[in-house]
Amino acid sequence: MINQLSWKVGGQQGEGIESTGEIFAIALNRQGFYLYGYRHFSSRIKGGHTNNKIRVSTKALNSISDDLDILVAFDQETIDVNVHELNNGGVVIADSKFDPKVPENSNATLYAVPFTEIANELGTSLMKNMVAVGASSAILGLSHEVYREVVEEIFSRKGSSVVEKNMEAIKRGAEFLQEAAGDQAKSFELEKADGKKRMFMIGNHAVALGALAGGARFMPAYPITPASEIMEYLTKKLPEFGGAVIQTEDEISACTMAIGGNYAGVRTLTASSGPGLSLMMEAIGLAGITEIPLVIVNTQRGGPSTGLPTKQEQSDLMSMIYGTHGEIPKVVIAPSTVEESFYDTAEAFNIAEEYQCPVIVLTDLALALGKQTVEPLDHSRVEIRRGKFDFNAELPEIDDYFKRYELTEDGVSTRVVPGMKNGIHHVTGVEHNEQGKPSEDPTNRINQMNKRLTKLNRLHENFSNPIFTNAPHEESDLLIIGFNSTRGTIEEVLPRFEEDGLKVNHAQIRLVHPFPTDELQPLIDRAKKVVVVENNATGQLANIIKMNVNCKLENVLKYDGNPFLPSEIYTQCKELL
Amino acid sequence: MATFKDFRNNIKPNWCPGCGDFSVQAAIQRASANVGLEPENLAVVSGIGCSGRISGYINSYGFHSIHGRSLPIAQGVKMANRDLTVIASGGDGDGFAIGMAHTVHAIRRNIDVTYIVMDNHIYGLTKGQTSPRSAEGFKTKSTPTGSIESQISIMELAISSGAGFVAQSFSSDLKELTSIIEQGINHKGFSLINVFSPCVTFNKVNTYEWFKENITKLDAIEGYDPANRTQAVNTLMDHNGLVTGLIYQNKERPSYEQLVNGFSETGLVKQNISLEKDTFDGLLTEFM
Repeated sequence: MINQLSWKVGGQQGEGIESTGEIFAIALNRQGFYLYGYRHFSSRIKGGHTNNKIRVSTKALNSISDDLDILVAFDQETIDVNVHELNNGGVVIADSKFDPKVPENSNATLYAVPFTEIANELGTSLMKNMVAVGASSAILGLSHEVYREVVEEIFSRKGSSVVEKNMEAIKRGAEFLQEAAGDQAKSFELEKADGKKRMFMIGNHAVALGALAGGARFMPAYPITPASEIMEYLTKKLPEFGGAVIQTEDEISACTMAIGGNYAGVRTLTASSGPGLSLMMEAIGLAGITEIPLVIVNTQRGGPSTGLPTKQEQSDLMSMIYGTHGEIPKVVIAPSTVEESFYDTAEAFNIAEEYQCPVIVLTDLALALGKQTVEPLDHSRVEIRRGKFDFNAELPEIDDYFKRYELTEDGVSTRVVPGMKNGIHHVTGVEHNEQGKPSEDPTNRINQMNKRLTKLNRLHENFSNPIFTNAPHEESDLLIIGFNSTRGTIEEVLPRFEEDGLKVNHAQIRLVHPFPTDELQPLIDRAKKVVVVENNATGQLANIIKMNVNCKLENVLKYDGNPFLPSEIYTQCKELL
Repeated sequence: MATFKDFRNNIKPNWCPGCGDFSVQAAIQRASANVGLEPENLAVVSGIGCSGRISGYINSYGFHSIHGRSLPIAQGVKMANRDLTVIASGGDGDGFAIGMAHTVHAIRRNIDVTYIVMDNHIYGLTKGQTSPRSAEGFKTKSTPTGSIESQISIMELAISSGAGFVAQSFSSDLKELTSIIEQGINHKGFSLINVFSPCVTFNKVNTYEWFKENITKLDAIEGYDPANRTQAVNTLMDHNGLVTGLIYQNKERPSYEQLVNGFSETGLVKQNISLEKDTFDGLLTEFM
């Protein structure tokens, strides 16, 4: 019996690879296993190799694995491209239809299962995915019945005979493999999971759910990979809460419409990826100078330009912090897990309203699309705090415009919105006085600039865990620093260093701007060597750290479009020691 | 009830004496009072340019934004609070050059916003360059030998994009302009009002006199029916677009707010945004 393994299914895009992985994973998740799935896909609808790698464990998971135990192949290319990942004793389960071959230099065991043939016998070749799923369950020592609930959910509206045919396909796949493998199948038999119900979700859905729980009721957005799931989920859900998603003509419209929604008092977000964020930059500056709350999600992908649109990268950090002309207050939060994607997005709306400025929730493709088991999210942890804004406030009668930009001790002024009596004021992207009226007076300019640029000084008192730290060692041989999705992978390699007798601390930066200097400095001071791990070519996080913390850093960089494997971080850190 | 004086503030516009935009300012103030608005329930969103300053010259909530983006901001305001009256405004460069995509899509989307364009056929604030509404051959600092690009027929383009309210007016005709803006505000859905608003400093061709000589009032055309789309387009083409009055109106087409699934009947801003625990738990179950 084993307590974890890695399974991968591959074939041509558009062949149902995604749904094969989905059904396999949901069924296992419901058995109480922890899963982590990562899809390899291209920017096209049909054709091209695609695969879905799913790691299964009886313990919590936050990362893909280095290796692979079981490869399910719908074509020879899948075997050729992925067979090198297989462990010693690994297994290939392939459709007998294409006469699969395992390369001579591989010692993988091949089971040619008639996926297509069985499916055709049952009525349609579409069910070949179910046969593959069945064969996979047999090798894990699971009954084919574990899939019944999922199959019923998907197919019950097509009638019970369709459900039974699909179950039959799964059963036949399982039976064929049991027969072919005999006792050998037992080598991948999984320990029993705890049977607890947990969520199985992608980071984008956690972000969308966080927005909903955080009170967002309007979302203008433009479709883009890998952010579209956020708008798609909210398009489905917001009508249940009186709100709406508008698919705009471009990201400039999305961002400015979101500014309009927030200006009028509704928590409004937009979400995009690098190219969209580039288009939004001027509008972000407008939100900064007009002190309008604004939440924007950026799910990073490979840049620049169209770059690697379906691949992992973390190269927007500098543009998120410094993008837009001029100088504005801005917050950039970088959640590092699916759970954090939820809580941080909900909290982003509080920060945006309390400090009246743009807040960017920065994620990356691996976090946005990586699908994993998540412990139930905690409703009591979600707060709604609206800062100096109350739509129902009764304002005293005044002769002149309301001082929307009144100079205050904390730099934040009372916010009023259209529809509020006695609150009329002007809003302009031109430098303005306390009433919002345009002003080029040098003293006023300095006062308003200082007001805006100092109001975030209090943020560190209120932002919980700006850095996720796992620092058990008072003095460390190595401190590894990362942001976003690298957290799970870094955590994965920590025990390997411990086995080598090395003392390693880990810090994952969650608040990248304004930078948590005071929290990071002591960790760096107590480390003999500091390595910053990031998915870009120029070491953007390392550069940000150097700007804020007195230190010497080493880079571990990866920018080939793929997330780090644990072994890559381990090996490259070791080389630097 | 508010009068047009309640929509005045104490700010002196920085427009040149004689600028057509003064009339548009007055007409918005009068129309707002005539339709029974209170200043706090009006939001005027404007873009960048001389005319973009108009949101600062009306006593209402005003948002002077960025170049070309008054429409998406105005639509966002209306979605957040459908109980407000929302006016978007700007110049012909703002709406038909840098903001053209938003204009066409605002027309298609049909959110209840009244868009008033001050069309002077030139870029004024940047001191005299060509605009998409400049005629071919028009000489400016950026077209010293005359514009070689065609003039946008904005009214025809709006009608062909599905606009439900298309009208044109002229700064010299305050009565008609006020009436048109009132009708635009009362129209349920997006309304486009293009106003010939001469630039007295940089446009020496399309002057008050030039417009007076060339404009045909639709009221004067016998049998003109603003509900007739074909007649509207033909009339525009016959007069090279130089007509004023209500050109086309489709009273049947519902607004976006009326059509969008599940949308709040009153302003979203008035809603309680906390999620009950049961509702929240129900959302989580869908991922299990």
